[in-house]
Amino acid sequence: MMALAEQRKLDALDERLAALGRPPSGGCLGPAREAALARLRAMGLPGRRDEYWKFTRPDTLNAPEAQEAAVFVASETQLFGEIDRVKLVFVDGVFDAEASDDPVLGGVTIERLEEVATRDIHWAKDLYGVLEARGQDPVARPLAALNTAYARDGVAIHVTGKAEKPIALIYWHRNTRSDAVLHNVVRLDPGAELTLLENGPAAARFNKVLEVDVGAGAAFHHVRAQGRDHERRAATHIFARVDEGAVFKTFTLTANGVLTRNECVVEIVGDNAVAHVAGACVGDGDFHHDDTVFITHDALSCESRQVFKKVLRNGATGVFQGKILVKPGAQKTDGYQISQSLLLDGDSQFLAKPELEIYADDVACSHGSTSGAIDEDALFYLRARGVPRAEATDLLTLAFLAEAIEEIENPALRADIHGRLEGWLARRRKTG
Amino acid sequence: MLEIKNLHVKLEEEDKAILKGVDLTVEAGTVHAIMGPNGSGKSTLSYVLSGRDGYQVTEGGATLEGQDLLAMEPEERAAAGLFLAFQYPVEIPGVGNMTFLRTSLNAQRKARGQDEISSADFLKLVREKAKALKIDAEMLKRGVNTGFSGGEKKRNEILQMAVLEPKMCILDETDSGLDVDAMKLVADGVNALRDQGRAFLVITHYQRLLNHIVPDVVHILAGGRIVKSGGADLALEVEENGYADILKEVA
Ligand SMILES: Nc1ncnc2c1ncn2[C@@H]1O[C@H](COP(=O)(O)OP(=O)(O)O)[C@@H](O)[C@H]1O
Ligand SMILES: [Mg+2]
Repeated sequence: MMALAEQRKLDALDERLAALGRPPSGGCLGPAREAALARLRAMGLPGRRDEYWKFTRPDTLNAPEAQEAAVFVASETQLFGEIDRVKLVFVDGVFDAEASDDPVLGGVTIERLEEVATRDIHWAKDLYGVLEARGQDPVARPLAALNTAYARDGVAIHVTGKAEKPIALIYWHRNTRSDAVLHNVVRLDPGAELTLLENGPAAARFNKVLEVDVGAGAAFHHVRAQGRDHERRAATHIFARVDEGAVFKTFTLTANGVLTRNECVVEIVGDNAVAHVAGACVGDGDFHHDDTVFITHDALSCESRQVFKKVLRNGATGVFQGKILVKPGAQKTDGYQISQSLLLDGDSQFLAKPELEIYADDVACSHGSTSGAIDEDALFYLRARGVPRAEATDLLTLAFLAEAIEEIENPALRADIHGRLEGWLARRRKTG
Repeated sequence: MLEIKNLHVKLEEEDKAILKGVDLTVEAGTVHAIMGPNGSGKSTLSYVLSGRDGYQVTEGGATLEGQDLLAMEPEERAAAGLFLAFQYPVEIPGVGNMTFLRTSLNAQRKARGQDEISSADFLKLVREKAKALKIDAEMLKRGVNTGFSGGEKKRNEILQMAVLEPKMCILDETDSGLDVDAMKLVADGVNALRDQGRAFLVITHYQRLLNHIVPDVVHILAGGRIVKSGGADLALEVEENGYADILKEVA
């Protein structure tokens, strides 16, 4: 007899799928979508008893309908506004050609997902759902399979040379009940380079997958900011495959959002490659932020870094689950992982599960996780020099976040992100 | 300038009295030195005056130019012109030294109703003061005191003092851990700031700094009280005979 819990899981999945309606017409992506749906049926939706969801309740991500989320009207200028970029705008998860730039960029071709489906674009077909499927082992990621099966929109970006400027995916949230499922795929040919920017809350509930195939010697830089809508929810996945001598770097800023689960699954398959995954989040009050990272080393002399910093106050919760898996033979691996939280009061909490699993003997891996309050000695030192308490606290908070922000290589992007964090802190200083 | 009256201080956490009735008046334009054995309460005095948590004033008080120091927040005391060169300067990785200096200076100016200093003026000011203290640009780029040697940290304290131009400067064992050359740099930095509108309280365990910064008055703090005061030669007496003789004499 099937256990009750499992039956419940299946029922929940049926309800969820019924609410999603028919999957989009597949075209050449049909087989990938069908395979993903089969995977999802085999896995079921994430459950509260699943070890991988121990710290984060998946209920509202599983629910058939998105919960209402008010649209936040930001007072400040657009993020990355000063950066020369190709803008592609999605409103509640639907591409808006009017609001977007022409998708024309030297060294790059950009297609919408539906074009990939109808025109049978081979490289994209060979990538769509493929890295996601690989990323299901050894840990199930049902929401990503759901995404592959049901994604309504997204872009396929093929980088053949050095992209002339960054591509910016901008996600507007207009409808308080929107439930967006977006799937983007990026392929960088050997030696190609791209900076991908993403920002915005996207929807009341957002499920997004980004698959990135970084060819030999290629470089992919990714900077995203998840939008400040307090009530939004998001489950995002990045799946990356990093080939020989390639560089993969991703940074995420999260300020606000009632629930965020960001998974990043990186497989390093070529020697001498580099993968950095970083994030800074700041949460105040009703805020639950989960970074779940899995980096697999399956090649020689590769370097990976996971750098996550969380500032939490007024009962906010931060979660970090990070793993470095070093496969047999992946000698000379240099793996680093740090996850830290700054708790600005006693109500906030940080839950961390750092893991190392190493099957090679000649490796250098380190990890650390800490949780602490503002350093009182440093605070007094600043105040003794005339800096008022609130301002001094902000300075120390930014200093705490610095190691994560410094993971952003481009100085202009780094300054933009730094400015956002400064603004976030300063606004809270005024409201007390 | 600074007036301390019958100051009694105990630890907040435990019933341990540390200062047991300190009386001290430092006039504008003068340099006072406080000497005393380890554990006599010298640092406690400097912390209480600058507003550090953890101490409780049980009796007496302190004023700076007539303002009740103990009623003010640490940042207000700084804006009023009080400066403490820390015995143990704090490392703050992630906050750049220049950012720290500029933020401090502008915060004090703002508190006094002055405009912020322009970037160009600020750079010029810091470069000039840093040069005199042999603090190079590379040190200024690093996080506050981060990875600095003991001597570099002490010079950095004096740089902050030179940039902030406080009225009442308290130096807590700024000489400890300094070699002779560094001590000269520090003393030159202090002497350059000596003027009619400013006063110094130089806390030291040894006499040698006072060869370079010649004090007007020397006080001996022992057991939480000033047990003896005198001229610059009192420091020499301590140097020659140690504290034991003086303590015996006043007991
Ligand atoms: N925060 C504190 N906690 C416990 N003891 C303290 C603290 N601050 C000072 N003391 C004690 O008070 C006494 C005076 O210390 P301090 O002021 O540092 O002396 P000095 O600077 O003259 O060496 C010492 O016995 C010291 O251990
Ligand atoms: Mg001391």
